[in-house]
Amino acid sequence: MKPLLHVEDLNAFYGDLQALFGVDFSVGEGECIAVIGSNGAGKSTLLRSVTGLHRGRSAKRLSLAGAEISQRAASEIVAMGMTLVPEGRRLFSSLTVEENLTIGRSAGRAGYWNLSRIYELFPTLLELGGRPVTKLSGGQQQMVAMGRALMTNPNLLLCDEISLGLAPVVVKGIYDNFARVRGQGTAVIIVEQDIGRALSVADRIICLRKGAVMLSGAPASFTRNQIAEAYFGVEGE
Amino acid sequence: MASGADVIVQGILLGGLYALFAMGLSLVFGVMRLVNLAHGDFIVAAAFAAFCVVSVLPIHPFLAIAAVVPFMAGLGYLIQLGLFNRLLGKDPLRPLLVTFGVSVVLQNALLMTFSADTRRLSAGSIETQSVDVGSVTIGVYPAVVFAMALAVTMALQWIFYSTALGQRLRATSDDPEIVGLVGVDHLRVFAIASAIAFAVIGIAGVLMAIRGNFDPFMGPARLLVAFEAVIIGGLGNFWGTLVGGIVIGLAQSIGAAIDPAYQTIAGHIVFFAVLLLRPDGLFPKVAHQ
Ligand SMILES: Nc1ncnc2c1ncn2[C@@H]1O[C@H](COP(=O)(O)OP(=O)(O)O)[C@@H](O)[C@H]1O
Ligand SMILES: [Mg+2]
Repeated sequence: MKPLLHVEDLNAFYGDLQALFGVDFSVGEGECIAVIGSNGAGKSTLLRSVTGLHRGRSAKRLSLAGAEISQRAASEIVAMGMTLVPEGRRLFSSLTVEENLTIGRSAGRAGYWNLSRIYELFPTLLELGGRPVTKLSGGQQQMVAMGRALMTNPNLLLCDEISLGLAPVVVKGIYDNFARVRGQGTAVIIVEQDIGRALSVADRIICLRKGAVMLSGAPASFTRNQIAEAYFGVEGE
Repeated sequence: MASGADVIVQGILLGGLYALFAMGLSLVFGVMRLVNLAHGDFIVAAAFAAFCVVSVLPIHPFLAIAAVVPFMAGLGYLIQLGLFNRLLGKDPLRPLLVTFGVSVVLQNALLMTFSADTRRLSAGSIETQSVDVGSVTIGVYPAVVFAMALAVTMALQWIFYSTALGQRLRATSDDPEIVGLVGVDHLRVFAIASAIAFAVIGIAGVLMAIRGNFDPFMGPARLLVAFEAVIIGGLGNFWGTLVGGIVIGLAQSIGAAIDPAYQTIAGHIVFFAVLLLRPDGLFPKVAHQ
């Protein structure tokens, strides 16, 4: 399978501080990858680096569908088919729910996802369309953040801790919708604190620690101890 | 002596011109948190641009707007892409220093090109025409200026709240980084915002040139009035900016009625009073988190 996203020797920096060290990985069409790792491991930096939000980075190769993207602005990369649901949702606070969704059209990518399909996916949002997003609950805001990203009709969707701070039932609802998203052939990279959930949804996992890849492969190919060791850097209990 | 009603009406109409001075500043600050200290000098530059237009074309100075506005819009777009976009970042001092430098350069460029002579554009009989409404005399030209201010306010409000461009402008104002994730290039949005602001600067410059005298050094005073109007109205709010302009116009008009020497200072005093009583302006943007 030819890779959709190909990352080779990615290093990222915040000033003098190096946050990613020689990260290699690739994502095939339609694949689901989970990136796990403790706080500060570099998961968000990884997603922000590949989408062009974080510019302090270098890579031997960073390509999307065969095209080099390391010099491209985030807005251009989105137009090429990759976007991110950012950590903390980051909705546009002076826009209504519906405006937060329709602004995704700016990417200029027509496809399966349009406003009515988003409302079908998240029926709760239909009645809230005219509301300011600041009036929504955390779970509803997360739906808007996902809907906004889907409106750009990505081939590859990156999600950074979409379950953070949400009630378990809400998280379950959001992950149930993943099946429908993936059903459109969309590849997904999720960053998830809940390792159990990550292992259950992903085709492959990548474990980061201190900015480096400790382990990568199909969930079934690792024991719990191997994963715990990669995650914590010590023998699991 | 003019009646009280005359003073009020003249003050309100004068406020329209001040609101036009302020609208571009309000827009640019609202979208990109940039304070352009050369704002007033660009208004003066637009006045001189109109002066050039009417000296080569035999048209009414009012029609010079049709040439000056697109010229200024293009200038704003290019200056934003070429200069202002590079100043935006963590250090708030940089845009202040650089735009202050632009202000000095612009003043001196205008001085070298046009000399220090005071100019004005003659608009013919409309300047002196007036209509009596009851006991109040309304100057036709000030009324036209006020109508323009109202039209500009409504147009900006419409662009921001009823168009796809406005949606992008507001989103970029909220979070210039994250708009990238929906395919919006924030630097280009800034350039478009600047083009719109400079178009309004163009309108303000031409109307100012017709109303009274201008010379290369009157930019900073226009900037000050614009600042005061924006802050009185509450940052990032076009209707507020219009009201802010009117408040200053009224204060000046009332001050001048008491003693002509008080005109300018009365505006500043009201500005300070508002700042003391309502530090966020009369119409603070609703806090959103
Ligand atoms: N804006 C920043 N400035 C400086 N250091 C940062 C910044 N953001 C993240 N870091 C550092 O980079 C490392 C990786 O952070 P991050 O990618 O946010 O980790 P994760 O998402 O896995 O919790 C951490 O050591 C963090 O302190
Ligand atoms: Mg993170």
